Amino acid sequence: MDYDVIIIGGGVTGCCIARTLSLYDLKICLLEKEADIASGTTKANSGIIHAGYAADRKYVKRKFCIHGNKLFDLAHKELNFPFKRTGTLVVALEERQIKDLVYKRNYGTEDGVPGLEIIIDKNRIKRMEPQLTDKVIAVLHAPSGGIVSPYELTFALAENAHMNGVEFFREHEVIGINKIVAGFEVETKPKKFTSRIVINAAGLFAAEVSRMAGADTFEIYPRRGEYILFDKGLIHLNKVLFPMPTRLSKGILASPTIHGHVFIGPNADNILDIEDISTTTRGLKEIISGGVMLVPNLPLNAAIRNFAGLRAVSNTMDFIIEATEMVGFVNVAGILSPGLTSTFAIAEEVVRILIEDLGEELKEKEKYNPYRPKPEHLSDFTKMKLNQKIKENQAWGRIICRCETIPEAEIVDSIRRPVGATAIDGVKFRCRAGMGRCQGGFCMPRVMEILSRELNIPYDEVTKRGKGSHYLVNKVLCIELTEDSKESEEVAEK
Amino acid sequence: MSESSKKDKLSEDKKVIRCIVCPTGCEITAENVDGEVKIIGFGCKRGEEYAKEELFEPKRIVTATMRVEDGFLPIIPVRTEKPIPKELVFEIIKELSSIKVKAPIKVGDILVENIHNLEVNVISSRDMPIKT
Amino acid sequence: MKSLDVDIAVIGAGSAGLGAAIEAKKQGMDVLILERNDELGGITLQCIHNGFGLKIFKEDLTGPEYIQRFIDEAKELKIPYKLDTMVIEITEDKEIYAVNKKEGLLRIKAKAIILSMGCREKTRGAINIPGFRPAGMYTAGQAQRFVNIEGYIPGKTFVILGSGDIGMIMARRLTWLGCEVKAVVEIKSYVSGLIRNQVQCLEDYNIPLILNHTITKIHGKERVEGVTISSVDQNWDRIVDSDQYIECDSILLSVGLVPENELTTKAGAELSNNGGPIVDDNLETIMDGIFACGNVLQVHDLVDNVSEEAKRAGKNAAIYVKERYGKEQIKKDHIKIIPGINVGYVKPDYVNFSNLENLLHFHLRVKEPDRDVIIVIKEVNKIIYQRVRSFVIPSEMIEVRTKFKPEVISPNCRELKIEVLPVSLLEVLDEVG
Repeated sequence: MDYDVIIIGGGVTGCCIARTLSLYDLKICLLEKEADIASGTTKANSGIIHAGYAADRKYVKRKFCIHGNKLFDLAHKELNFPFKRTGTLVVALEERQIKDLVYKRNYGTEDGVPGLEIIIDKNRIKRMEPQLTDKVIAVLHAPSGGIVSPYELTFALAENAHMNGVEFFREHEVIGINKIVAGFEVETKPKKFTSRIVINAAGLFAAEVSRMAGADTFEIYPRRGEYILFDKGLIHLNKVLFPMPTRLSKGILASPTIHGHVFIGPNADNILDIEDISTTTRGLKEIISGGVMLVPNLPLNAAIRNFAGLRAVSNTMDFIIEATEMVGFVNVAGILSPGLTSTFAIAEEVVRILIEDLGEELKEKEKYNPYRPKPEHLSDFTKMKLNQKIKENQAWGRIICRCETIPEAEIVDSIRRPVGATAIDGVKFRCRAGMGRCQGGFCMPRVMEILSRELNIPYDEVTKRGKGSHYLVNKVLCIELTEDSKESEEVAEK
Repeated sequence: MSESSKKDKLSEDKKVIRCIVCPTGCEITAENVDGEVKIIGFGCKRGEEYAKEELFEPKRIVTATMRVEDGFLPIIPVRTEKPIPKELVFEIIKELSSIKVKAPIKVGDILVENIHNLEVNVISSRDMPIKT
Repeated sequence: MKSLDVDIAVIGAGSAGLGAAIEAKKQGMDVLILERNDELGGITLQCIHNGFGLKIFKEDLTGPEYIQRFIDEAKELKIPYKLDTMVIEITEDKEIYAVNKKEGLLRIKAKAIILSMGCREKTRGAINIPGFRPAGMYTAGQAQRFVNIEGYIPGKTFVILGSGDIGMIMARRLTWLGCEVKAVVEIKSYVSGLIRNQVQCLEDYNIPLILNHTITKIHGKERVEGVTISSVDQNWDRIVDSDQYIECDSILLSVGLVPENELTTKAGAELSNNGGPIVDDNLETIMDGIFACGNVLQVHDLVDNVSEEAKRAGKNAAIYVKERYGKEQIKKDHIKIIPGINVGYVKPDYVNFSNLENLLHFHLRVKEPDRDVIIVIKEVNKIIYQRVRSFVIPSEMIEVRTKFKPEVISPNCRELKIEVLPVSLLEVLDEVG
């Protein structure tokens, strides 16, 4: 056997399981089909750490959420990802909605959600969140709710897992799983792997992967949510703002991001295509009209990006975290909201399954290191420190991304880190180069240059996110010759 | 150009040309009045000249890039010193893209003399220092 | 940390910064230019087409030729400059913090600062185009840099969204290089850029210009494969059943430019509705001794106009250093300039009372195209300036140069309104008045 454990899927769930299992004396690898981890649902979701009062008591996700929320403090200390308990507000705009707030508070408090409070004093509400609409009647304040950067959390998890021996294989799409004696053979496009245990954390593709292993027990449906992100500095929110929920989703929320932007979204669109992360005119209109109900002053002309993400909804509407009849094959599926909040609790559950259901005798490693150093950011430096850093390494003095003030040193670090960036989007999500208001307009060619140098690939081989996502698909004016001439001839003849 | 071919180009009785000499964009009309070409609507002398030229012998300045050896940049912007016949634009660009010049280059340096025997030189649009 | 003292620090060495620095130097100032790129010249360097300099040099130059003249002059005047140097902060008391590789962090104490950082292009997010987010979408300027500076052609078949000047110029450039430009799609009912670019870049090569349309979906998951375009109604809402699919591997966005004013706001200067800082007729922001010129102040149509504005900023900054710096600032006696009917914005935002008799330059853009209009400046309802124009369009900036005789304006005047009215409306007003 090549491995004790293979984890399929490099989203936040898969990476958290990898990191949690890396405490134990196991040989582990993680397979991801995309060019980078955190490329699916993890990349485009609300990034909210929920307090845990929202889900119905009949679902296990409620329990995971409430417990998972509490695990964030220690994880944050160990892994140094951007995280803040901002508190969340559920906003009632009509008298009749207060009843539901009371219900949420009572049951939430009973189930261990700390500090839940209904506030009806408008002045106090406005002090908490000055941007909230004047039409507010009452709010449910959950101080333990907060915001996180989901992909930076995932990078932190992966880096720490890698430090503790987990191997990562990106652009390794699983195309078949065969039961072999005492384990599985996992077939990917580039090569085959064998392992005693397989953990399916394939997100939107979890049902497909489960079927490959012969554990055909559930379905996954994609539900699309669209978002609009606004430029920094024009509006500031203190709290995550939820409207009263609808049947399909928690509704269009307005939230600060950990990096000081504001976003609105998501809507909830049940779609058929499991890869359709396109945004729609109708959807963008829907979230704008929802957003302005909570925050009337949204700077609608200062949107810098719209994007969509898919939530993996299972036919049970709940998390599916269980050992299957195929002994050694574990499903971790249907992880929709509050999946991000639950992530550490889910990983704990996987450990329990390994010990109790699969009878693994997990032994802790001697040299486990739970700490992942915080990536250095120019924005965190004092002026003296910055001066010192440039003296040590000139790359700190060459600013590549002007909107977010990201120097070459941070871009190089995002490539050289364990499980580092291999394409433009990887750099962007790790160090924010290209994330600002110009969306890479100025810095993209320079980031391409650095990627080309660091990865030792030709400039025009640099991609947006692997596979066919090349930026330069035509010709090179300064090198190629004959091709050029031929083509211009053809055109001239037209 | 002979008188008859001039008339061919004005087969319709009226032709409107949008002047591009300056941003005003005057609409200049060329009318065929009993075989005489009458040009009206121009705002300045240059506009009148442009309209005549555009009718009978359209010309353009060609701006392009050429490849550079040892330059601070891999390519250098160049232009034809004077406008050249419009129908030759593609051919000239093709020709230019196949020539490599050597840095250092100063703005205005003649990089190709008498291109296409048009009695027009191709000159550099900027300084190009040597790669350091 | 290295510290420097200068009379005037100029931020940005494009056409605005160079022009301002040259003028300030000629006025005897000790000037320092800070440029984030690795050479002087700014964006004009990548505009390799001709059409520059007709106003200032009375010659038809390419962008690089035009800016080379300023680079050469700056070098002849021995104006010091720092390349690869990024300003990260300007404080309210005119201390500039900048970084570069060689010197680390720099603190520059300036008596006056000229902001000339230029503008940037609007992106897809700014206009909320739905669809996938594959590789193959570029702003027109980004594509221009790839093609004209780096020597790469990003794609083979293009659709250009927006009929801004850079987009149309790139349409021609790409056509010349053997690419196919399938269409230029414009949501408005008229072209955003200059007419001469419409004629020379699109009509010359039969590139379809599709007005009243926009991209309603981007296709392709990894790389662009095509776009759906739809016609829109007067409110820019998509008209049902008007979709057409165009296959292409690249999309260029030429949907407008925005002044780049992050540093400006950090320095405490306020912005007005055009995205540029609020300035008086000296081009001074509300912060004493901080001036702005070029596209950081307002997006110009012609580089010649940028150079003219820059020259005024350079001169006024020098006057500030000589006459006002270090002295107690007198309370400014300002008249507010208000954009009225069919005026999108006007610069300057204020005029100093004491400057009314000097030659004043107003720049404005109309909101909507119109014919046979009269441009008026009014104090309450009294018209103190008027000029007739046969044609106005938002894409062409209107310049008004005038002086006011002291008797024309009442001594307690606090605001003037500038309007672009149909001549017919004015006649009606006259009758009523």
